Amino acid sequence: MTVTESSNNDNNMEKKMQTTTPSSLASVAGNREQRVPGTNLLGTGLETRGVHAWFGTKHVLSDVSLDFAAGTVTALIGPSGCGKSTYLRTLNRMHEFIPTAALAGEVLLDGQDIYAPGTDVTKIRLRVGMVFQKPNPFPSMTIGENVLSGLKLAQIKKSNTDELLESCLQRAGLWNEVKDRLGEHGGALSGGQQQRLCIARALAVEPQVLLMDEPCSALDPGSTFRIEQTISELAKSMTIVIVTHNMQQAARVADYTAFFLSDGGPGVMVETAPTSKIFSNPSDKRTEDYVTGRFG
Amino acid sequence: MTQSTIPKPQMPWGTSKAQRMATASLLVLAGLLAGAAIELTGLSGKLGFAAAYFFFASLVIFAQQLQLRDLAAAKDSLLSSFALLAMTITLIPIVSIVSTVVLKGYKGIHFGMFTNDMTQASVNDPVQAGGLLHALVGTIIMVGGALIVSFPIGLLTALYLTEIRGSLARPIKFLVQAMSGVPSIVAGLFILSILVIPVTQELNGLMGSLALSILMIPTIARTAEEMLLLIPNELREAGVALGATQWRTVSGVVVPAAKSGLVTAVILGIARIIGETAPILLVSGGADALNFNPMSGPMGSLPFYIWKAFLTGGTEEAYARAWGGMLILLILIMVLFGLARYLSGRRAV
Repeated sequence: MTVTESSNNDNNMEKKMQTTTPSSLASVAGNREQRVPGTNLLGTGLETRGVHAWFGTKHVLSDVSLDFAAGTVTALIGPSGCGKSTYLRTLNRMHEFIPTAALAGEVLLDGQDIYAPGTDVTKIRLRVGMVFQKPNPFPSMTIGENVLSGLKLAQIKKSNTDELLESCLQRAGLWNEVKDRLGEHGGALSGGQQQRLCIARALAVEPQVLLMDEPCSALDPGSTFRIEQTISELAKSMTIVIVTHNMQQAARVADYTAFFLSDGGPGVMVETAPTSKIFSNPSDKRTEDYVTGRFG
Repeated sequence: MTQSTIPKPQMPWGTSKAQRMATASLLVLAGLLAGAAIELTGLSGKLGFAAAYFFFASLVIFAQQLQLRDLAAAKDSLLSSFALLAMTITLIPIVSIVSTVVLKGYKGIHFGMFTNDMTQASVNDPVQAGGLLHALVGTIIMVGGALIVSFPIGLLTALYLTEIRGSLARPIKFLVQAMSGVPSIVAGLFILSILVIPVTQELNGLMGSLALSILMIPTIARTAEEMLLLIPNELREAGVALGATQWRTVSGVVVPAAKSGLVTAVILGIARIIGETAPILLVSGGADALNFNPMSGPMGSLPFYIWKAFLTGGTEEAYARAWGGMLILLILIMVLFGLARYLSGRRAV
């Protein structure tokens, strides 16, 4: 990479990062090239009908129905504790990983309820990948092994792993930084690089849907920018659902935005709309208060 | 360009030379006061001097801090004194044991002891006759056998407690803790009464291994449990989210991440049993001849070798032999602990 290129990148990034006033969010969202749902052959996407969630007797999420069309990016926004992360985890059945968790409603992946009796949960998680809030590369594995770990763990046989390794790292925007050090341990990377490694790891099993739970909350602006680029790139080939506390980020990457809120009781989904509408002309007063920074 | 001289690195928070001298002279003063106390009061002996010295040293340092700074600093120094005392008291038996074994044991060490057994010599023969090859081999075989039995059981128990977390986890955790308090002779008697007398009717190395396993399993299970608990939950979630089953996540992610910790668990388990004498005496038979087969015939061991030399001998040679055996055992244990520290201190690889 030449010096001019890198300085261009920095300028670009600064321009993007400077959009901080809520009123400008809509224009950020509007300026972006719109992806039209249904133009990709990616299945019919993901849909939830009346999803409720509990931890023990505590009702944390109430009646969320959302439709994630294939090949779109949807952002879930809302204040802490409104149930958006819990909702995200119901979409690949990570919710049940917590011992006291309970659930009602349907989550349809290509029209099939992933909670239907007899469904193999590991198959669901292969099709619906996840990137976590904190980068969590496997410490016992090298960078290369981390990327391919999904194949090993799910016992998938692949012949051309070198090609897959490179393409996953390319798509995660990490290839140039690590191509000469694939044998090093993942812990040797910076936080942002680790997170992109985790994205590459999720891509290796070729999921239809990628769930991202605040993937940039532990990262600096530069790494955040790189990951947002990655998300835009990935959206061409998969459905993405991203939880974020950063409204600029929602405006920058998402085609659709859903606003979640809890008034002390279980969290509800207040409103969902194309991102530019959420930030310019939301139909609910509470959404407007939130996106304009009047609370939350 | 601005001219800049790099300042000399300093440590303004350090103790100055004058202060150090003052403290040293106060400690000398405490020594004199303690000497005077020995002369003038009923105190006597080294222990009396040490007690008096500690008392006066704490007192003068307390007074110095009180005068230089304030009461809080003085109390602080008093606490430091007590911590130092406790540390010294802990160290005394360790230093004493190690130095005694080394000083008495080195006379019993000679090269031939690693190539000979005791079939051609009695414990009262000169130290150069015979050796402890049979004991070393027996200890290694029995400890190795115990490890083969204990490691899978201990690790699976730990995995049940940390990964499966079934409804029996709490009672099992309690039982494992209780089991680590089982007296070793009980472990020996247990094997004697359920296996040796009703079934095999033979004392051999395998019986010794099984008795040692009973002592080793709780140590391995508890240490492994602690090591597995250190593995962050995010890694388990990451594995499961990639479409792995729980078993694949545990074997492919959790256990490799805890590898160095599990090595520590094994080494602590070995160190726990390597010096056990009572169960070995009861069920392994104890032999003077080299025996490589744990399934047949009595088997010697280092603790048995030491025990026999002390109990059946009575000469200087027998005692030197016993101390030599002890030194070998101690070196073996120290090497294992050093290895455990080295392996657990390294980054997870």
